[in-house]
Parts: sequence; C-alpha cells; structure tokens
Amino acid sequence: MHVLPYLTAAYVFVVGCYGLATSRNLIHAVGCLAVCQSATYVLLLAVGYRDGGTAPVFSDLRPGSRPVADPVVQALTLTDIVVGATVTALLLALVVQISKRHGTVDPDELRELRG
Amino acid sequence: MNPRARLWLVAIGGAGLAALLAAACLRLPRFGGGHHPYGDRAVRAALSRHTANTIASVNFDQRAFDTMGEMAILFAAVLGCVVLLRQARDEHRGRPRPAEVAAPVRRYALAVLPVALVTGLYVVAHGQLSPGGGFQGGVVAATALHLMYLGADYAALERVRPLEAFEAGDALAASAYLVLGLAGVLAGTGFLANALLPYGTFNTLSSAGTVPLLNAAIGMEVACAVVVLLARFLDQAVEIEEESGK
Amino acid sequence: MAEAVVVVALLLVAGAATAAVVNRDPVRQALVLSVLGTALAVLFTVDQAPDVGLSQLAVGSALTPLLIMLAVRKVKRRPAETGEDGEE
Repeated sequence: MHVLPYLTAAYVFVVGCYGLATSRNLIHAVGCLAVCQSATYVLLLAVGYRDGGTAPVFSDLRPGSRPVADPVVQALTLTDIVVGATVTALLLALVVQISKRHGTVDPDELRELRG
Repeated sequence: MNPRARLWLVAIGGAGLAALLAAACLRLPRFGGGHHPYGDRAVRAALSRHTANTIASVNFDQRAFDTMGEMAILFAAVLGCVVLLRQARDEHRGRPRPAEVAAPVRRYALAVLPVALVTGLYVVAHGQLSPGGGFQGGVVAATALHLMYLGADYAALERVRPLEAFEAGDALAASAYLVLGLAGVLAGTGFLANALLPYGTFNTLSSAGTVPLLNAAIGMEVACAVVVLLARFLDQAVEIEEESGK
Repeated sequence: MAEAVVVVALLLVAGAATAAVVNRDPVRQALVLSVLGTALAVLFTVDQAPDVGLSQLAVGSALTPLLIMLAVRKVKRRPAETGEDGEE
C-alpha cells in the first residue's frame, strides 16, 4: 500500500509515453500528453497525503485539531491543471494549423513530406 | 528509421525508465507519512495572515511570484492560440445554420446556465475561505457560458459573448495582477508582498489582505482566457471554411 | 477505510489512463479522457485535496475533451475535400 500511489503515477506516465511514441495521429498524441501530465498530479498529491489528515482548509476546522495534508504540493498541482489545459489548447492549435498546411495529422506521413 | 526499429528503441527506453521510476518510488517517503516540513510552515504562515484556505495563501501570498509566472504561461498560450487560429487570407467565414435543439435539452441548458455561472463566481469569490479560487471558478464560469451553445445555437452564443471584451478582459486581468504587485513596491514593502492591506477577521470575505484581490484577478484572467480559447476553436470548427480547391 | 477508497480511485485512474492511450480514435479518446478526468477528480478529493479535485473536474472532464472534439471536427473536414475518405 505504501508505494502503490507512487507506482500508479509511474505506470500512468509510462503508459502515456508509450502512447506518445506509437501514436499515428497528432490529436491522439496530444491526448496522451495530457495522460502523462496527469501522472505528475497523482505523484505530487500522493507526496502530500497524510494519514488521518484532512484538507488544509480552516473555514470549518479549528487550527491544530487535526493533521492536514501538505498545501504546497496541492497549490502546485492546482495551478498546473489550469495552465496545462491552455498549453494543451496551444498544441491542438498547432495540430489544426499543421493539418491545414499539410493535409494530414499522421506524424509518419508528415516526416515523408519533409523528405 | 523504420517503424520496427523505433518500436524497439521505445521499448528499451521505456523499460529503463519504468525500472528507474519503480526504484525511485521505493525510496520515497512512506505514503501518508507525517513528515511535511514545508507543509507545516505553509500552514503556520497562512494562519498568521488570517487565510482560512491554506492553498489560496500558498498560491496568492507565499508563492504569488510563482503564480505570476503561471499566469504569464497561460497568457502566452492563449496569445499563441489566437495567432495560430486566426482567419487566414484563403479562408472565408460561412454562417452556421440556425440549429434545431430538442426542447428538453434547451430547457435544461438554459436553466442550468445561470446556476453554473453563479457557482463559478461564488467559487472565485470564496477562494480564500473554502476550497476553490480563481483558477477553478474561472474555468467553471467560462464553460457555463457555453451552455448557451448547447441550449440555443452558435449565433446566440456569439450574442452573449462579445469576444473583444473578453480579449481586453484577459489583458486587463493580467496587468491588474502586475499592478497589485507593483503597488507593494510603491508602498515600500516589496513586489507582491502581502502587506498592503489589513489581514482582517479570520474566516470572513474580506480577510487575508491582498489574497482576495489577486485571486479575483486570476479568476478574471482564467475565465477570459477560456472563453477566448473556446471561441477560437469554435470559430475554426463551425464558421471558418477553406476555399475549395485551395 | 480511507485507504481502501484511495486504492480503488488509483486503480480507476490507472485503468482509465490505459484506455485513453489504447483508444486510437481521437473522438473516443476524448470521451475516455473525460472519464479519466472524473476519476482523477475523485482521487484528488479522497487524497485530501478538494481544491485540486474541483479544478480537475472542471478542466479534465469538460474543457480538455471539448477542445479535442473541436480540433477533431476541424481536422476531419479536410479529407472530404482532398477526396481521401470521410463524409461527402
């Protein structure tokens, strides 16, 4: 149990990498990159987890009454989820542009076009 | 390189990476362990500044400068999308036909839209108190607006979404964050230092000094950014067509 | 008890991630990604991070799949013109 969350994060990352490397469609590759990204969130939040703890929000919790999870990793993850989505959008915009210019989104065909 | 050799290379590299990651996982601190030196200090700092939501305190107070960097990435990504997805010279705009929407879908979407929009704004406004904040609330509010596309049609969405206003709002929110940071410099405390405003009463809307202001700036930035992004993609998918024959 | 929920959520995430990679058709992948986003939101919430769960729910289950669908729709329109395949 004590390493399962970390191993899950590693597994998700490797699976995403495998998808990226074998993808025949750039849109699918962007989706795989999103999978890789989510692996980092799983890892960070697993590091912050605390046995018997709760969320580090004190609006309905007396400070010091219970252990709380690490807020630093949560803040890092939180910003990256939203910023990561806009970066995904930028990649998709690049794919749309590639398909307009070259008429294909298959990376192998694109390599042949380059010659 | 032929595909077969490439697959082998991926397999070898992937196996090595997996082995290294697994070895690293076994040496990490135990899952659920109690040793969080940074977390404990962050919680103490947040409480000393009357911020009930520690995560908001980390994002908009203790690591406000880092959040400015994140915001810059977000702004740059949106700018890149706007440039990449603009209407090219060899494209023209086709008017999308008014769509027929099934009555239950229409009723449901139009009923949920205001609720979702208010929820998004609520989540932004209570960022320093309860789980939530500018990043989440901004996305919720912006996607809520697009229920208009589901419930009515594209033309209706365009009417409730003046794109220029949202593009200006995006830039305005980004500069508001900067100006709030510079205000600290002018007041002699430091860039983005949370020392401008009184910390207020713990667990009220006006607590935590500049955190709610920075939070609101980020909320506006994210909401505008998401609306602009979706508008560009919808434009490409629905309206803009290439000249046939190219 | 809390740990059992975390384990179930972790397995759900691992399964959804595998499915998202194995589905080669981008449209189906977008649907699976939204399932993955929801599974991640559940995992984050039981991982003592409701803030992050909320963020993931909004972005992962709605925004990213929507963007992928729109990109697919734009890209799919092309082959019809060049006469490869697709709808006429």
